[in-house]
Amino acid sequence: MKKDNTIISFLNNNETRAIAFQVITLLIIAFVFYSGIDNLIANIEAREIHTGFAFLSNRAGFDINESMIAYTPEHSNLRVFYVGLINTLVVAVVGIVFATIIGLIIGIARLSNNWLISKLAGGYIELFRNIPILIQILFWYNIALITLPSPRGSFNFFDSVFINKRGIYVPEPVSEPGFAWVLIAFVLGIILTVFMRRHFKKKHDETGIHTRTIGYTIGLVLGLPLVVFLLLGSPMHLDYPSLKGFNFQGGKTFSPEFLALTFSLSVYTATYIAEAIRSGIEAVDKGQKEAAAALGLTQAQSLKLVVLPQALRVAIPPTINQYLNLTKNSSLATAIGYPELMAAFGGTVLNQVGQAVEILGMTMAVYLVISLCISLLLNIVNKKMSIKGR
Amino acid sequence: MKQLVKFSVASVLALSAFAVQAGTLQDVQANGSVKCGVSKGLAGFSAADSSGTWTGIDVDVCRAVAAATLGDATAVTFVPLTAKERFTALQSGEIDMLSRNTTWTITRDASLGLNFAGVNYYDGQGFMVKASLGIDTAYDLGGAAVCIQAGTTTELNLADWAKSNGIEYTSVVSDTNAQTTANYDAGRCDVLTTDASGLYSQRTATNDPSEHVVLPEIISKEPLGPVVRQGDDQWFNIVRWSLNAMITAEEIGVTSATVDVVSNNPERERLMGRSGNTHEYVGLSSDWTYNIIAQVGNYAESFERNIGLSTPIGIARGVNALWTNGGILYSAPFR
Ligand SMILES: N[C@@H](CCC(=O)N[C@@H](CS)C(=O)NCC(=O)O)C(=O)O
Repeated sequence: MKKDNTIISFLNNNETRAIAFQVITLLIIAFVFYSGIDNLIANIEAREIHTGFAFLSNRAGFDINESMIAYTPEHSNLRVFYVGLINTLVVAVVGIVFATIIGLIIGIARLSNNWLISKLAGGYIELFRNIPILIQILFWYNIALITLPSPRGSFNFFDSVFINKRGIYVPEPVSEPGFAWVLIAFVLGIILTVFMRRHFKKKHDETGIHTRTIGYTIGLVLGLPLVVFLLLGSPMHLDYPSLKGFNFQGGKTFSPEFLALTFSLSVYTATYIAEAIRSGIEAVDKGQKEAAAALGLTQAQSLKLVVLPQALRVAIPPTINQYLNLTKNSSLATAIGYPELMAAFGGTVLNQVGQAVEILGMTMAVYLVISLCISLLLNIVNKKMSIKGR
Repeated sequence: MKQLVKFSVASVLALSAFAVQAGTLQDVQANGSVKCGVSKGLAGFSAADSSGTWTGIDVDVCRAVAAATLGDATAVTFVPLTAKERFTALQSGEIDMLSRNTTWTITRDASLGLNFAGVNYYDGQGFMVKASLGIDTAYDLGGAAVCIQAGTTTELNLADWAKSNGIEYTSVVSDTNAQTTANYDAGRCDVLTTDASGLYSQRTATNDPSEHVVLPEIISKEPLGPVVRQGDDQWFNIVRWSLNAMITAEEIGVTSATVDVVSNNPERERLMGRSGNTHEYVGLSSDWTYNIIAQVGNYAESFERNIGLSTPIGIARGVNALWTNGGILYSAPFR
């Protein structure tokens, strides 16, 4: 009798039930997963589709027009993966930098007391946020192709920068032996700046005397390498683009595909960042500003020491989320042919090799890893901010 | 969007039942239509008009198969696909056959789980430039920017050809034909390269075709033909012999207008299903070839109607003439 009771109460126990349900859910998921994979393998085998990762070391055989690392059709499919991955990261980083700058400006402008500025910023947000990003990419790309001149009629800036349908051509710095010292001086300058700042902060804490460090910083970070550069007799020259045959050769080229993509992504993502910044600033209680003023802080000090630290706590998490979106949206480049990961590897290699499962698996894994990294960053930032705040 | 399609295609591949494997004919008959993958629009080969009706020599192969299996050449569901999408669509069972200017290569035939059922157009890769460029040979193209469509044999051939001739170029790659042509029109590149047939077709789509010249060099072999999934031999036979029926009809001289003429030529009577029992071998009714020729016509009719000299595309038969007329078009015998 007693035993039965324990069994019943064991079954009625909330905790046991919860565990049981979790186990059942897990089993169901595992089953669905297993049968999916099983079916996949069976189907692939039945259709005699070639499988495995041997294709990665095969010759790619096709050209890629933009690559940060050396690439020719003789390279392997794995190399194409790297080329695409690096291009994706380049677009992500450049896009994030510009989206943040534009977003910051628009977000602050939106709160401006100047009616016109605030309305313009509002209009910008409404316009660019509501047009699908793919359409914006195609729009800017085709507009650029239609309106810009052909190579022969390029816009010419001082015979060194040229703009035409095929891209923006700028002189490229080419380092000569000895240039490494300049880089070393630059790094040294940054390290010295950190110590210098620490020193003046300590002085401030001990004596209350505030020293402006901006002059020293510029001197160390920029001045020091400049001096080394000049002492070594300028170990660098510029490679200028020039028109040879059909196209400009030499220098550095930013293709219309790259420009249209990063421009559209920045402009689009900036609208979300602007809104995040605005809501961050608005979230700071008015009383905080008034208290800061009552304590005798100047307008700038109040913004820097009181408002921004609190505003950023609200604004940064959604902003980082937008960084993630921007990175994922970069895969839309396939529409205009910028060779990022999805276009070059998930598209062209997939089509030439035909192994959808392996190639899309690798591609998805990359986006997953990038997403996880950005989420990790978000968590770290969140933690830091909340400790500082309270 | 595209990625979404691709990911879902991969997952369809993962989850689709085994049943898709065999029995394409049964599926087609149950659905009452043939799902045929075609291009997104390449005049003369596969293109839809303003009312949504598809025409072209690739379309005619789809129609021939529909006439053979369903007795109705209009019972086709056309699925427009880019070069990049086509094979996954076929592998995953989204379409029953692919008839989309697709080059027969060993990689595609032997590693993708697909089979090429024949050749309906013998092609080769060529170059087109603006006449104003004043170039008359592809060997003068060093340093040029070249517009190409992604996921094609075109981009592989170009790299091979450039390498063996020591020619440098920059490629401008797009996913869709529309963007490739737009790039060429806008001057993003100096040259457009693709199958010569595609060049002629695209030239007619430009504002003033006389402003563009197709260069004389042909740098590759591009045998274009219909493709099916590997593993369904009956369906493979149906597609292959539907195309062969059109070619044989031209050899014998049967046209859509003369299908009902009874002759004393045994081969002709066999082809028209009035004698013999070859239809049993492919599992279709005895009028299957009759329906093809009556409703779609023989190969010559299809060619002349869609891309022949009297059409804006204006392609001469050339190598695509019958073997008896100096070409290489040839069907195994109906016997
Ligand atoms: N025959 C080549 C090229 C086929 C191809 O896709 N050609 C392009 C340019 S002519 C095309 O048909 N585009 C039409 C479209 O994407 O809808 C192959 O099989 O890879």
